[in-house]
Amino acid sequence: MAAPTMDRSTDKQSAAPQTITMIKGLNQALRTEMERDPKVIVMGEDVGKLGGVFRVTDGLQKDFGEQRVLDTPLSESGIIGTAIGLAIRGYRPICEIQFDGFIFPGFDQIVSQLAKLHYRTQGRIKLPIVVRVPFGGGIGAVEHHSESPESYFAHTAGLKVVACSNPVDAYWMLRQAIECDDPVLFFEPKRRYHEKAELDLSVAPQPLFTSRVLRKGSTATIATYGPMVRTSMDAATAGTEDGLDLEVIDLRSLSPLDLGPVYESVRRTGRLIVVSEAPSEASITGEIAAKVQQECFYSLEAPVLRVTGFDTPYPPAKLEENFLPDLDRVLAAVDRSLAW
Amino acid sequence: MSSPERWTQPQPSGAPAATAARPTAEQVIAGLRATSEGGPELVQLLTPEGERVDHPDFHIDITPEELRGLYRDMVLVRRADREANALQRQGQLGLWVPLLGQEAAQIGAGRALRPTDMAFPSYREHGVAWCRGIHPKDIVGMFRGVDHGAWDPVETRFHPYTIVIGNQCLNAAGYAMGQRFDGKVGDDNGEATMVFFGDGATSQGDVHEAFVWASVYDAPLVFFCQNNQWAISEPTERQSRLPLYQRARGYGFPGIRVDGNDVLATLAVARWAMDECRHGNGPVLIEAFTYRMDSHTTSDDASRYRLSTELEEWKLKDPIERVKVHLSRNGFADHDFFDAVQAEADELAAVLREHCVNLPEPPPGRMFDNVYAESSATLEAQRDEYENYLAGFAGGEH
Repeated sequence: MAAPTMDRSTDKQSAAPQTITMIKGLNQALRTEMERDPKVIVMGEDVGKLGGVFRVTDGLQKDFGEQRVLDTPLSESGIIGTAIGLAIRGYRPICEIQFDGFIFPGFDQIVSQLAKLHYRTQGRIKLPIVVRVPFGGGIGAVEHHSESPESYFAHTAGLKVVACSNPVDAYWMLRQAIECDDPVLFFEPKRRYHEKAELDLSVAPQPLFTSRVLRKGSTATIATYGPMVRTSMDAATAGTEDGLDLEVIDLRSLSPLDLGPVYESVRRTGRLIVVSEAPSEASITGEIAAKVQQECFYSLEAPVLRVTGFDTPYPPAKLEENFLPDLDRVLAAVDRSLAW
Repeated sequence: MSSPERWTQPQPSGAPAATAARPTAEQVIAGLRATSEGGPELVQLLTPEGERVDHPDFHIDITPEELRGLYRDMVLVRRADREANALQRQGQLGLWVPLLGQEAAQIGAGRALRPTDMAFPSYREHGVAWCRGIHPKDIVGMFRGVDHGAWDPVETRFHPYTIVIGNQCLNAAGYAMGQRFDGKVGDDNGEATMVFFGDGATSQGDVHEAFVWASVYDAPLVFFCQNNQWAISEPTERQSRLPLYQRARGYGFPGIRVDGNDVLATLAVARWAMDECRHGNGPVLIEAFTYRMDSHTTSDDASRYRLSTELEEWKLKDPIERVKVHLSRNGFADHDFFDAVQAEADELAAVLREHCVNLPEPPPGRMFDNVYAESSATLEAQRDEYENYLAGFAGGEH
């Protein structure tokens, strides 16, 4: 995929590598892009004075003003709908949806307008809008604060959908998404917000809509994204005690899917486990299973297995550790695949 | 046919049933003038200093016993609220949504409801829940993460808490339409519905759509907006250029701003509005002007975005203190009464705490229950597979 090379000349941060949290990475990406392009604006509920309920936009309104960091009325349809109008007018809005479960009042604008205007106008209207969505569970929250709605958007043509899994990707992927001329749904694993990593700005990022092999292995392949990347890596580490040598791939981009590295991997290992917090029915994990059996049919030693959230509404917090895939469930699936 | 005066005046209690007909456009305008252009903006019957005052449109006849009851309600729900807040701080709840400061708005509204009425709360209406006979111990489960709400919404006629902002307003409009379609509207015995939402919610499309639906179907629905001045960090000015109650005009029904820290005024206005709806003159918008004295939730820190002086000003308008002063000054209650209420409140808090910390953990299989009225084979297979998987962990090590 020929993605443009990220312009890193505007980075004002020091060249020395720095340890950042995912929140800091996102904040720094927003700040850098706002400094680079005066048309980049941030809009959402409580993103200004408060700096967002997760503090991702902390300090931005103070430094860029109320016209570039908008504390919007409480209306997700309004946030997305007006962002579309602002984009038509030449702005590059970054919308924050406060929690995954609150995106649905904006669903109509996303599916009916954001996804389709470029197509309907034969490309005359571009909508370089990023919709940031803290998603997934694991934080002990009440209803509507722990959902994984990414498949709805991956199912909609005209939208690009990505999910970061670590602080460094959070930084680069958000910058790349902001510079992308297509609308991007940007999913952030909120349970990983406070994890740390070293950001070295001298290392060039890989293109946005590509997956990445995080760990080479030979026993079986795990393809995953977002919050489950850490879980899968932990499973791979734990699996070494049982003699397992698992390959782990961070999909990063959910639409378009970049499955080339997955095919290559499955042709070597013969086994694939797809891991996601989202329920399995009619989901991205099902899409991956279908494509892999089509492309790697003669290489597969076992059916593609999935480890996902269950096909229920998100349960009360005391049950979320049961609902969410964990290290044990991932390894149990590996065992099932090996025993096939 | 009622006169404009009839339509704008509160119905004296016990008066014969009035008209069931929809008011004329002139009557609608008259109703609005009574509260926006024609009279004092804020309906108040008990000042922050505990003095009873008259209002040209809204009166309330209330016995000392009823007054003591309202005081008791407010003290108890505040005590339960503070206990739940403390339980969160001690790690016993994942989250708490405090009602502190909104006791009068919620008790005034809640006590205007009859058993046959319906209420749709947002997620802060612990005081209204109390009035519906729901014990605070049935509320804390969802904040401890053991359930999504423990009360029976059919039996209590108190809908589950709705967290997605404004959604419940359309649900309430539909319920109220059903009350009308069922012939339950039209006289003093009619049914009505009250829906609760906040100042922030008024920006949501669902709330505006509910205004439209309720009005064109003459739904017996009271929109009860608690304007507590803050939507997390955003002040009401971020939601509206004009006082929220004036929004009703554009949709063709009356809007009234009441002192939401005055339980008497809130009760009077809410009773009037519910009676209007019972008689077929709904909907009505009430803006209860109040203040969120604590943070949005225990996850929020209000000191990041608002001045403490504002809170100090509102403390002078405390909803409970003014009733206490009024009761004392007029000899309607003595020390023994206040002590007894406090003791009852402490007992309630103790019961709440005891119940909360001993709530049983839900069994894992419960998450598969009630997804559908009739479960599916695929879901049941998923349940079986997971339970077999769990059974594989000897000794429940998992």
